[in-house]
Amino acid sequence: MYALMWRILPGPWQIRLLLALALLAGLVYVLFTWVFPEIAPLVPFNDTTVE
Amino acid sequence: MPNALRIAVRTIGELLITAGLLIGLFLVWQLWWTDVVANREQAQEVQALTAAFERAEVPDDALDPDSLVENAPPSGDAFAIIHIPRLDADYARPILEDTGPDTLALGVGHYVGTAMPGEIGNFAVAGHRTTYGAPFNRIAELQPGDVIVIETRSAYHSYRVDHHRIVRPWQTEVLEPAPSEPGVEPTERWLTMTSCHPMWSARERYILHSTLVESVPRNRTTLSEMLRTA
Repeated sequence: MYALMWRILPGPWQIRLLLALALLAGLVYVLFTWVFPEIAPLVPFNDTTVE
Repeated sequence: MPNALRIAVRTIGELLITAGLLIGLFLVWQLWWTDVVANREQAQEVQALTAAFERAEVPDDALDPDSLVENAPPSGDAFAIIHIPRLDADYARPILEDTGPDTLALGVGHYVGTAMPGEIGNFAVAGHRTTYGAPFNRIAELQPGDVIVIETRSAYHSYRVDHHRIVRPWQTEVLEPAPSEPGVEPTERWLTMTSCHPMWSARERYILHSTLVESVPRNRTTLSEMLRTA
């Protein structure tokens, strides 16, 4: 899977590394901004109210 | 081993490793990043409230304690600052209306429909004990007699810790106007704080009940004066 992604990325290895890091940064941003806040109510760390 | 099988096994392995990394990343976000964001936002909110309160005019007839009780703001609005000198001389967190998850990420949340600061009944608030800036992280260190000051637009409301309880999450009677006495007409002015218990768990809730000592109009005292009499 990762070998395939590495082969798909264009350019010499320096460019591929840069692109891979950029993709990784984008993924972390999406997770931190949208995905994890959606999941957070489902984990039991955060229940502070009586209801 | 056939080539297709090798690829399948390798891909499954890579997916499992990826899942592990994603879970690790979620913990980094939950345990560290939410604190970073929330601490910054809550400090900014306290600054904004302090500036707004300093501009506000206090009514002249403010000697009647009930005139210092304000109306509940719209959902999500910040309306007060909680000071707890036992935890830190500079401890200050914003209190916002309602107890939804988005609100609790921004500070301490006021249970909608419960009393307001200084009012007869039960001014009830919830706060995170872990994550999102964790305003009530050290709630269990508070002891009977400790002072908690609620600062509003018109007054400082000084409460003294009475007792704590550990209850199950559904025991909403702690929010009753007379705490844990449903149907009883309240005569005292309570402050009730709720947080999770034990830390990191949803099993129980830590409840801290305090009673009002005095409400002092803003123009007749200062914050440091109120905290010193603590």
